[in-house]
Amino acid sequence: MRSVMFRFHVCAGEIFELKAELNSDKKEKKKEAVKKVIASMTVGKDVSALFPDVVNCMQTDNLELKKLVYLYLMNYAKSQPDMAIMAVNTFVKDCEDPNPLIRALAVRTMGCIRVDKITEYLCEPLRKCLKDEDPYVRKTAAVCVAKLHDINAQLVEDQGFLDTLKDLISDSNPMVVANAVAALSEIAESHPNSNLLDLNPQSINKLLTALNECTEWGQIFILDCLANYTPRDDRESQSICERVTPRLSHANSAVVLSAVKVLMKFMEMLPKDLDYYGTLLKKLAPPLVTLLSAEPELQYVALRNINLIVQKRPEILKHEMKVFFVKYNDPIYVKLEKLDIMIRLASQANIAQVLAELKEYATEVDVDFVRKAVRAIGRCAIKVEQSAERCVSTLLDLIQTKVNYVVQEAIVVIKDIFRKYPNKYESVIATLCENLDSLDEPEARAAMIWIVGEYAERIDNADELLESFLEGFHDESTQVQLQLLTAIVKLFLKKPTETQELVQQVLSLATQDSDNPDLRDRGYIYWRLLSTDPVAAKEVVLAEKPLISEETDLIEPTLLEELICHIGTLASVYHKPPSAFVEGSRGVMHKRLPAQGTECPDVGNAAGGSAPEAAPSIIPSQGDLLGDLLNLDLPAVLLPLFNTNCSSYGILYPQVWLPAMKAKGLEISGTFARRAGVIQMELVLTNKAMSVMTDFAIQFNRNSFGLAPAGPLQVLTPLGPNQTIEVSLPLSTVGPVMKMDPLNNLQVAVKNNIDVFYFSCQYPISMLFVEDGKMERQVFLATWKDIPNDNESQFQIQDCHLNSASNKLQGSNIFTIAKRTVEGQDMLYMSIKLSNGIWVLAELKVQAGNPNYTISLKCRAPEVSQCVFQCYEAVLKN
Amino acid sequence: MIGGLFIYNHKGEVLISRVYRDDIGRNAVDAFRVNVIHARQQVRSPVTNIARTSFFHVKRSNIWLAAVTKQNVNAAMVFEFLYKMCDVMTAYFGKISEENIKNNFVLIYELLDEILDFGYPQNSETGALKTFITQTGIKSQSKEEQSQITSQVTGQIGWRREGIKYRRNELFLDVLESVNLLMSPQGQVLSAHVSGRVVMKSYLSGMPECKFGMNDKIVIDKQGKGGASEEAAAGKSGGGGGKQSIAIDDCTFHQCVRLSKFDAERSISFIPPDGECELMRYRTTKDIILPFRVIPLVREVGRTKLEVKVVIKSNFKPSLLAQKIEVRIPTPLNTSGVQVICMKGKAKYKASENAIVWKIKRMAGMKESQISAEIELLPTNDKKKWARPPISMNFEVPFAPSGLKVRYLKVFEPKLNYSDHDVIKWVRYIGRSGIYETRC
Repeated sequence: MRSVMFRFHVCAGEIFELKAELNSDKKEKKKEAVKKVIASMTVGKDVSALFPDVVNCMQTDNLELKKLVYLYLMNYAKSQPDMAIMAVNTFVKDCEDPNPLIRALAVRTMGCIRVDKITEYLCEPLRKCLKDEDPYVRKTAAVCVAKLHDINAQLVEDQGFLDTLKDLISDSNPMVVANAVAALSEIAESHPNSNLLDLNPQSINKLLTALNECTEWGQIFILDCLANYTPRDDRESQSICERVTPRLSHANSAVVLSAVKVLMKFMEMLPKDLDYYGTLLKKLAPPLVTLLSAEPELQYVALRNINLIVQKRPEILKHEMKVFFVKYNDPIYVKLEKLDIMIRLASQANIAQVLAELKEYATEVDVDFVRKAVRAIGRCAIKVEQSAERCVSTLLDLIQTKVNYVVQEAIVVIKDIFRKYPNKYESVIATLCENLDSLDEPEARAAMIWIVGEYAERIDNADELLESFLEGFHDESTQVQLQLLTAIVKLFLKKPTETQELVQQVLSLATQDSDNPDLRDRGYIYWRLLSTDPVAAKEVVLAEKPLISEETDLIEPTLLEELICHIGTLASVYHKPPSAFVEGSRGVMHKRLPAQGTECPDVGNAAGGSAPEAAPSIIPSQGDLLGDLLNLDLPAVLLPLFNTNCSSYGILYPQVWLPAMKAKGLEISGTFARRAGVIQMELVLTNKAMSVMTDFAIQFNRNSFGLAPAGPLQVLTPLGPNQTIEVSLPLSTVGPVMKMDPLNNLQVAVKNNIDVFYFSCQYPISMLFVEDGKMERQVFLATWKDIPNDNESQFQIQDCHLNSASNKLQGSNIFTIAKRTVEGQDMLYMSIKLSNGIWVLAELKVQAGNPNYTISLKCRAPEVSQCVFQCYEAVLKN
Repeated sequence: MIGGLFIYNHKGEVLISRVYRDDIGRNAVDAFRVNVIHARQQVRSPVTNIARTSFFHVKRSNIWLAAVTKQNVNAAMVFEFLYKMCDVMTAYFGKISEENIKNNFVLIYELLDEILDFGYPQNSETGALKTFITQTGIKSQSKEEQSQITSQVTGQIGWRREGIKYRRNELFLDVLESVNLLMSPQGQVLSAHVSGRVVMKSYLSGMPECKFGMNDKIVIDKQGKGGASEEAAAGKSGGGGGKQSIAIDDCTFHQCVRLSKFDAERSISFIPPDGECELMRYRTTKDIILPFRVIPLVREVGRTKLEVKVVIKSNFKPSLLAQKIEVRIPTPLNTSGVQVICMKGKAKYKASENAIVWKIKRMAGMKESQISAEIELLPTNDKKKWARPPISMNFEVPFAPSGLKVRYLKVFEPKLNYSDHDVIKWVRYIGRSGIYETRC
């Protein structure tokens, strides 16, 4: 009876035929005809011409036929709004039907018909259904409110549906509660500042009770909603955790992950010495491991989340290394994720096992997987020093296999090992050099060239090796060209006598024959350095390199915190904040973890639990294009060279940021200032070209402190040739955040009618010191103790002659809280608050008669200490 | 939430398309087809983002199910829902195939309307759904029937209806375990775990209150002496060592089990759904009885010959019999010929699968058997070495490799007059191989 022929072409004749069948007197024939219509609709054919005929079939007591007609209506009502009105009467009638299934069906379908005129008629039936005696109707009506809100938010508010929905949270039926929670959460997302969900201990208690009784899906809605609540104190936090932990044994993985999210979040508030804190940590590991026996797709979601959890709280899974061993038949996406987690969990205790596994993986079939395994061996070497030797020998074994991509990958990681442990493993260079000819990937070639340049003095035929690369210089990728240039300059500085010719050759190739500006610029810099001051050249080019960090590709802490708040969701799968892939207003709210021991003064701080942030200001029109361009990689190759000669206080005077040569005649210089609590970027634009410049716009790349233009660039008149204009651009600190190196680096794009230009500049971090940075004495003491000593850094400021340091510092929003004199030494205690809420505490030691001051800085984010010290130096010395 | 759900056949033709949200357009259907189904490369992720639209997909035989969204949805929930959708469809019309989907498309739309509202999953228990979405058209229900349906769909015990009656109250418990092993060539256990399931088939009248007990270490230790005698009485079945109790790493339960009670007292109490259900899943890693040990020996004789010898040893009571034993020994891609000699069972080289498959029908405990093979290789100039995939094994044994034993399953039905003693109970243990691999 249900067999319906699929026909893939609806011709006019067929439409006519269907029309006749739809208007038939026989019920069966009618039904079959509607089925045929739906079948055509599914495969994407336009059967909207049958609208009136199908709607005529709606008035029937046959529930199955009714459902089919409704399905058709949902699909086509929007394209035929006037016709859709014809259906309203039946809907309204159905909402009064004695059968609850029909009442629910009517209200459910009506909400799906997205026609304005219909929504007006929907209000009355919906109001009745929300108070229906039957829970099935109520739970359907609850979702319908969310549907209506999506079509017409104002209408929902005016009609008071939100209050009714809130009342449903206290409903006796758990499924009604769950759907009401889901609907409210969705509506609240589009009103980030409203107090819609009004979570307080009473309502939380109701939710927790419903949690025990509702369906698996309802439990997910409730847990996801709970995760938005911020408990008032650690005791409330603990009692919620206690009631959520049983969910970890649920068969539905989504319930488990949502419970993990709530626990991970609320755990932040528990004191670490509490017994319960340890118990909770232990309880989290088994369910996470169990998720790995789910279907592969869910394993993937679980692994992406475990990756975050391991970064946030490595202690939870530190003993579970074995479960992440790759199985031969795992799908590739599971294999790659497992490998990532294995590296994160690698430690001295388990490194032998991990290495044995990795070596096994390096012989598998999938190229991506093998590469990642080889790379992982290198990362182990860098992470666990004791294993470095074994890793290097494993890599050498792999190089012996002569499998092309394995060799190349191995060379790339060996370069990093050399960086991390200089002068330790150079004995292997000979083996590496043997494979020189087989390298065809730019990254591997660049790595090999770097090695040759770096150890030129130990490789007898370094000049020959490098010369061999030089032959096809112009066919190489930029990465290789730049590396080759630097390597030959290094070689020259180490063995000046034999390699003069070679260096001249490469410099002329780079500067004269290349059309890549980066390469030319680097070439010129070397050329000038070498010709004017070879000693300085040696200092710059052969300078000691900073150590590379142990953990690579860690997620930046604030992003990690946000992602922890999104465990189980798409954001945690993508490892991106929702704002990166969700359009419109939803998901713009940044979620944060609660801080330990915080008292939440404003009761019922609804969504997110954190103070609502102002939405980042958007630059109008042309700015958007600029923003997209900025997401591309900026040509930042030159930066490391410039950093060495940029001293911090120089920035206070206007500096040339963008020379006219690089920007088709536009020269930009500038400086930063903080006036009345607003950061100003003072720009001087000079037109050194022959034509008039117009349509200026500015955009920043993401940066460490979220600096962003607070308004458009005010260049109203066109800039004629040889004209100069001074502009002051107010900056806000609510833009997108990404950690930069150095921390105070800012990458800027400026657009005019000619082109888009990029430059980067550094702002003094004192711009970010806010006016209310004075800490209470007691708080200062407590905070000072609370910050671990590892985060303390000490600096010397030399040749300082000042009478009153504190007054001078206060001008820069560095506040002196207390002063103490111990044995002729003045100890000044100071506090600074950065615009993103980071506190820096300082202790300045001044000894009478000694021009050298000692300063100790303590901060929860120790990265900023260096920048803050530079500010001190700048302020005190001026 | 879920913005839409599409079902495609292997060619990428749409069989079912249901859109719940306005932000999902018809072009989303094509985007998935072009970028995933017709993609040249193998699928690298079950979640795909195409032009700010996220697609979640699962595949059943050659049918693709894809859920679409533009929001930051709960990803775990979407996949759980897709699996559930497959279960529901299977329960209604059997295997998920193109033909079955085409023949039942009206039913599928009806189901999708019921279990997904505005993208929010609703009650998806087949038992409840079958009371009002039937394949034979809706019967006109009486008023009581209607309200019974709605209260079941939304109720606290959504998985069971009232008024079930059986003349004979009977229940069957199956303890199904799959034992997983990864062993190094030297015989060192790299990882081993058992993932088990307790499946219950019940034919009980009324709303029976059940309590399930097993030899969980935590419970036994708590009970102390009192529990020991009971243990002796109940623990006759099973084949492995004489373990008193087992340590369970983790377990998850069917939604009928009261989780808060388990959390507090570690007792498993529930009102079961009628018919079959998976009561619990568990995982153990300690003291696993590995039913078989595989000892491989691979010798490369020159460049064109390989000698393989594999010994398997059974490691359980001699009175028990393992069944359906299959050992799969991978061979290199350039194999030209294979000669096999085995003491027991049948062995065959399967060129299409690049493996020697050795099958033994039955094998008692504490025995061993051996196979040796000579593999002729074609000379190749391929520099890449053969990756040597692990030797894998399949089998079935009549005991639980984790050592789990059912101690009791008590049934109380306060309203009807049958007692725990009147219920006929059956328990069965089956241990199967999961991924049981030995590297060579």
